[in-house]
Amino acid sequence: MVRLTGIYKGMRKAYGETLVELGEKYKNLVVLDADLSSSTQTAMFAKKFPERFFNVGIAEQNLMGISAGLATTDKIVFASSFAMFAAGRPWEIIRNIIAYPKLNVKIVATHAGITVGEDGATHQMTEDIAIMRAIPNMVVIAPSDYYHTKNVIREIVEYNGPVYVRMPRRDTEIIYENEEEADFKIGEGKILRDGEDLTIIATGEEVPEALRAYEILKENNISAEIIEMATIKPIDEEVIKKANDFIVTMEDHNIIGGLGSAVGEVIVKEGLNKRVLMVGIPDVFGKSGKAEELLKYYGLDGESVAKRIMRELKNG
Amino acid sequence: MEIEKLKEIAKRVRIKILKMCCLAKSGHPGGSLSSVEILVSLYFKLMDFSLDKKDRDRFVLSKGHAAPALYAVISELGIIEEEELWKLRRLEGKLQGHPSIETPGVEISTGSLGQGFSASVGMALGYKLDGINKYVYVLLGDGECQEGIVWEAAMAAAHYKLDNLIAFVDRNWLQIDGHTEDVMGLEKIAEKFRSFNWDVFEINGNDFEEIIKTVERAKNMRNRRPKVIIAYTTKGKGVSFMENNVAFHGKPPTDEQLKQALKELGELDG
Repeated sequence: MVRLTGIYKGMRKAYGETLVELGEKYKNLVVLDADLSSSTQTAMFAKKFPERFFNVGIAEQNLMGISAGLATTDKIVFASSFAMFAAGRPWEIIRNIIAYPKLNVKIVATHAGITVGEDGATHQMTEDIAIMRAIPNMVVIAPSDYYHTKNVIREIVEYNGPVYVRMPRRDTEIIYENEEEADFKIGEGKILRDGEDLTIIATGEEVPEALRAYEILKENNISAEIIEMATIKPIDEEVIKKANDFIVTMEDHNIIGGLGSAVGEVIVKEGLNKRVLMVGIPDVFGKSGKAEELLKYYGLDGESVAKRIMRELKNG
Repeated sequence: MEIEKLKEIAKRVRIKILKMCCLAKSGHPGGSLSSVEILVSLYFKLMDFSLDKKDRDRFVLSKGHAAPALYAVISELGIIEEEELWKLRRLEGKLQGHPSIETPGVEISTGSLGQGFSASVGMALGYKLDGINKYVYVLLGDGECQEGIVWEAAMAAAHYKLDNLIAFVDRNWLQIDGHTEDVMGLEKIAEKFRSFNWDVFEINGNDFEEIIKTVERAKNMRNRRPKVIIAYTTKGKGVSFMENNVAFHGKPPTDEQLKQALKELGELDG
């Protein structure tokens, strides 16, 4: 049973631990980082398998180029940095020599979204889903919690092709009881709560916030369906088609080009009579501050989202 | 293979380059012609590149706009059908304007400059990791060395001690907007690589004997340092009115000019 546990743990910690686990199993798995291994947690792998870890220094373009080259020699390549420098800076290199030749490179980015916090706008990557999603062949994923991240990493190792995974810097609330419950399949949205009045579709660290919103709405006699949309591309069209007519999307990302847009595209394509309220960063640059403060400031916390939904329902 | 034989192949390759660019009505003949001797030396003399073998020598055309030269060479080897050359850059053909991994013999898509070089560092690193005792060859344009990623990759190749990586810089002194030293000076490019801890060779890049001798020397220096051969070449090499003429960087000759060029290359005689 999915629930807010009150226990907080880092997704990037799960990433580091899972890399070590998979490093044992897959002798052709290599990991690259660009001088942020202690933050992205690839340092765990580096310690265990130093001969299969490459720190390319502060050179993210080359991080992607070398990753591409290694992938052509039958390696499973994990390349990590902060989302700003893993997706933004080397975007065109990822497009042309990773995605175009469909190479087996997993770009796992930490410190995504506004909740990177104090470092401010230059480090708050709120456009990565949009730009990675626009590249053909690219799979885009945002895990929901610590346990879920483990299964995401295990699943993408089995998939042969380029994948982009984004996760936040901060420790986020655990919503799954254990690893077994936190199952993940590429392209499958998951209904976490049934409801009839509206559907909230959330991704990444916004999934626990969606569960928080659910509780508040329930207290106010509003029944919300909650969908975890961990794979933003390819998106689960079926689960969107079956959703309630009022959809609220939640993401720590610009409202342009992210989850909300992806959901909207399905609705337009299918000609569905559904309305979408997109909760996200309203096409502005962020500010320095504590993660929790920023979530409130931009209305991304469960309480703000619940209030906004209640206002919308009253006006509707 | 005899030098004379290589020269004959080079002539056929040049003719193919010109014909295919003219048929496509676009493409980059100038920088393709300058690199012919390097490609012919690698594919017909120096490399062991059996494509079905995991442990093969590899070639990466980082200056992907010289794709016509690569296509011409691999068609000589029967890796692609000659028919395909005449459909270069056309929707009904298989050969893309810049190399795509879907073309047999192409190790990675290139054309966006600097990226092939960076990928070649990854390939050489992969070979080291697997204990594969083969070489990765990569050809850069000189203008390409203005890209920042080239120097990120150069730094990494030396750091990882990749003596199985042999790079060429096709130093023809011209880029789209003019002379390299007017657009953005590259000199002293040999010194730049030296200071990045590479072993540097400087040769006439249109001379088979020099290319072969130098590569063989570079191969035998397993001293944990990557190698770069600054190959001084002539852009548009082999056709008098195209030589050192920047107008032919990204533009094919006219039909009339093609006739003249083929005549110079001796096609009409033979």
